[in-house]
Amino acid sequence: MRWITGSLLAAAVALLPFFAGDFYINLASQIFIAAIFALSLNLLVGFGGMTSLGHASYLGVAAYLCALFTSRYGFGHGAAALLSILGTVAMAAFFGVIALRATGLGFLMITLALSQVLWGLAYRMSNVTNGDNGLAGLTRPAPFGISLESAVSFYWFALIVAVVAFVMMTIFVSSSFGSSLKGVRDQPRRMAALGFNPWMIRWITFIYAGFWGGIAGLLYVYYNKYIHPTSLSTTSSAEALLGVIAGGSGTLGGPAVGAALVLLLKNYASAYVERWNMLLGLVFLFIVLVMPTGIVPGLHKLTARLRRRSS
Amino acid sequence: MTATSSDFALEVAGLNKAFGGLKVTQQVSLAVKPGERRLIIGPNGAGKTTLFNQISGDMRPNSGRIRLFGQDVTSLAPHRRAHLGLSRTYQIITLFAGDTLEHNVTLGLLGLLRSRWQMWRPLSSYRDLATEARRTLDSVGLSHLADHPVSELAYGEKRRLELAMALSQKPRVLLLDEPLAGLSDSERATVKALIASISKDVTVVMIEHDMDTALDLAETVTLLNYGRVIVDGERDTVIADERTREVYLGA
Repeated sequence: MRWITGSLLAAAVALLPFFAGDFYINLASQIFIAAIFALSLNLLVGFGGMTSLGHASYLGVAAYLCALFTSRYGFGHGAAALLSILGTVAMAAFFGVIALRATGLGFLMITLALSQVLWGLAYRMSNVTNGDNGLAGLTRPAPFGISLESAVSFYWFALIVAVVAFVMMTIFVSSSFGSSLKGVRDQPRRMAALGFNPWMIRWITFIYAGFWGGIAGLLYVYYNKYIHPTSLSTTSSAEALLGVIAGGSGTLGGPAVGAALVLLLKNYASAYVERWNMLLGLVFLFIVLVMPTGIVPGLHKLTARLRRRSS
Repeated sequence: MTATSSDFALEVAGLNKAFGGLKVTQQVSLAVKPGERRLIIGPNGAGKTTLFNQISGDMRPNSGRIRLFGQDVTSLAPHRRAHLGLSRTYQIITLFAGDTLEHNVTLGLLGLLRSRWQMWRPLSSYRDLATEARRTLDSVGLSHLADHPVSELAYGEKRRLELAMALSQKPRVLLLDEPLAGLSDSERATVKALIASISKDVTVVMIEHDMDTALDLAETVTLLNYGRVIVDGERDTVIADERTREVYLGA
């Protein structure tokens, strides 16, 4: 069953550029970016039990740094990408020290507050960030001399990064360290008594999630060739969190599905319904009521039940 | 007899802990020799578990010292104490309910290994850890359930798994917080035999309400009441003591 779903998905992803028009190809690229972002947040929320409402900080800061390095300071794309990620990771390390003084609701509030600070800075420091106008006129990189200007070439680029991200994060959560992380989520006291350092485990995970959030930010700014303070806003963090929870937090593929759902609703529904947020809310309500653990675990349960009935 | 502190596996000196105005640990001092079997008794609310929580590092005392084999651990974090050979079980069962028994014990083994930090190799590929985990499960008679999730276990089996996780770490000092609580008579006998079979290399400190069973296991007894040590000494001396009778029978 899982095998069939997997190969169908792989076939669809591989064949899409040959059938679909630019609109759908671009939509798919956006889904890949949102999926990387949701997967990185899932490391915290799903596997670490740390519900963050400020994850947009890492996407936004990496995007802003990259935009500033390339457009204002004349760095090449390679150096700019490296510096942006380094900067984002350093910021995650610093924010982690502050936010991990608390757990649960306290942690959530601190991450929210920190991201609000950044959002405010992006708006107000207009001599650097250009404020509400955002930074426009950015370029896409050309890795190995291959231009990413066309929708199809960017699609392949985003796909490769998304696959690497998915594999890397899957390896991370199934490793010894990943098992420790899940242990600390479920029984922090017991884990400490067994010799694990819960704080350090959470902090390292926080930084790693920040790293992948930053990678998503790079793709985001490459794709849009523009960056605006809204990408640092709470709405941006909340949408990602919504995707994680709707898809199935703590599962490997769930957040990607959830992120795709949020993005599709946003793009499709907003064309027909003005209050698309309301629709998103209704869909989310439906998922929470019918499949409280998320779409992916919910569908698993459903297919298992159907199979039992047919046999 | 004047003993240097390293003659003791565990030494608690002048420990105090208060929650607001409620003094739960008052000037508690005790010293446990290596290999000793110490039983801590006392009525509900006597501060037994709070004392354990301070020894294991979950709580910081307001004052006083705790030493493990002569080393002052009073300000060390719980995980640092685990690496010095301290292990514990919980009165309220604290297991990883969604995971298999094997995984639970594997975490116990992993906690003291450097490979707990490794981030690329799947934990399931560590065959030697799995083998060791099964051996430990076998020693508590649960190896036939190794692949089952903890949530499928009966209560008595969970108690034995608690013990297996602590034993897997080959501790030098083992704290058992009511290992017999809530067990049926036959389960009680099983767990009792298990505790009796623990190697004499391990120092065992045990909180237990079931005096009939626990006294057989103990060499020395400490009686706590209202956060104070009332009597402390050889088992038979403590049982015979007038104050023990007072605390337990009410005077």
